[in-house]
Amino acid sequence: MNAILGDPKAARDHARAQGGTRVEAMPILPPVADDRPQAVAASDLLWEETLAPGGYATRRLARGAQLRLIDMGGDACASLNIFNAELPTERLNVADTVKVQWNAYLGAGQLLLSDMGRVLFSILEDGAGTHDTFCGVSNSASNLRKYGDGCNSGTYPNGRDRLILGAAKHGLTRRDVHPCVNLFKGTRIEADGAITPVVGPFSPGRAVVLRAEMDVIMVVANCPHVLDPRAAWHSTPLRATAWRGPATQADDPIRNSTPEATRAFLNTEDYYRR
Amino acid sequence: MTDDLALFGLSGLIAHDELVPARAPWLHHVTVGQVLRIVDCEGNQAVDFLTYAAADDAERYSAQDTVAAQGNLFLRTGSVLLSNEGRAMMTIIDSAVAYHDTIGGACSCESNTLRYGYHTKSQHACVDNFLEANLTQGRGKRDMVSNINFFMNVPVEEDGTLGIVDGISAPGLTVDLRAEMDVIVVVSNCPQINNPCNGFNPSPVRMIITA
Repeated sequence: MNAILGDPKAARDHARAQGGTRVEAMPILPPVADDRPQAVAASDLLWEETLAPGGYATRRLARGAQLRLIDMGGDACASLNIFNAELPTERLNVADTVKVQWNAYLGAGQLLLSDMGRVLFSILEDGAGTHDTFCGVSNSASNLRKYGDGCNSGTYPNGRDRLILGAAKHGLTRRDVHPCVNLFKGTRIEADGAITPVVGPFSPGRAVVLRAEMDVIMVVANCPHVLDPRAAWHSTPLRATAWRGPATQADDPIRNSTPEATRAFLNTEDYYRR
Repeated sequence: MTDDLALFGLSGLIAHDELVPARAPWLHHVTVGQVLRIVDCEGNQAVDFLTYAAADDAERYSAQDTVAAQGNLFLRTGSVLLSNEGRAMMTIIDSAVAYHDTIGGACSCESNTLRYGYHTKSQHACVDNFLEANLTQGRGKRDMVSNINFFMNVPVEEDGTLGIVDGISAPGLTVDLRAEMDVIVVVSNCPQINNPCNGFNPSPVRMIITA
């Protein structure tokens, strides 16, 4: 026993003395982001947090909110699970996302669709261009094979267990963790169906900006892409910043970009017609 | 001996043999070591397919784990269907069709409104079949994940364009799956009539299980 911390008051002082410590991976409360877009007032910031390598975070975002993710060190991989916050049985459907939009590769102007034919997020800006809708996340078995360990309590946490923990914070369970999209780490599909990972490492600071089109719960895990060919576990911090914004208007260019997108927005607007 | 061509090459006793009508759901348990043969009776009939671990149905087929592990989007002879926990659930031990799809998902009333328009909302769809079958065992909407589409063709072009195109199957072609654990197989015999996946004419498929 440490004699100095032998009584509760000393332990309390010791604990309180740690407050205010700054590290790279942490939330900032209230949120501060001096590099926010000029049009965004400081008072409209909703969230500022940097996820650790191998970390995860979860957030409820209101319809219209914008979320900026930044790959701080070139080796972040943002694996996303997304739910309708008021009825989480509605969630991201990766198959519908690529099938409805007739495209495998995510980029600016594209949508993340729910299994109810509605829009969960629009991609407003894409400074990366390397994303993946096909490969999902690592799991404890794949990380054990590749890195010798994959558990949450170890050095090389896996994406699936991170998503499960994030979902659990909203009362959700293993059943609710669904096929995900990976931002910042990409794949290319060859003519014979072969999957080529496009995982960098990339230059630091690439950003993606998403707009919530429904009230959503988003869970993000930041673990190495499951097809990262490097023998060592590489992950760098992922920064998340969110701010308030208006719900998408009828003249929005993304809403009106394709007939499929327009109907997805019509379905979303119909849901909120109450 | 038999003159039933659909049984050609199968060994072992037939434990189950059923014709699934066009547009219908189907659910059956397949125990470890058993082989499930799916027969595309009339050709180019998409068979939407999910599988759950019988011992713990929160463990289920994962299209993403499966394609990542094999490094290829297409399911072919030798493909191992992996669960969301990374375990082998079934293996495609033989396929008369060159490849099958697992990125296209299942049609739903809701996604049909996006793809084709609101006039298709009332048409029957695979998600409704999956739900109907799963609900008989207490699984629901949260248990829906990306499925396999046997006998369906979804190429991805160089620029990322993808879509359901004319099939590469033909009448009588089969796919054989060996169970690597005790599984529950849930199928929607796809009722879609707005794209080429069923040749615009949904047809019956035959499910044969040998022990």
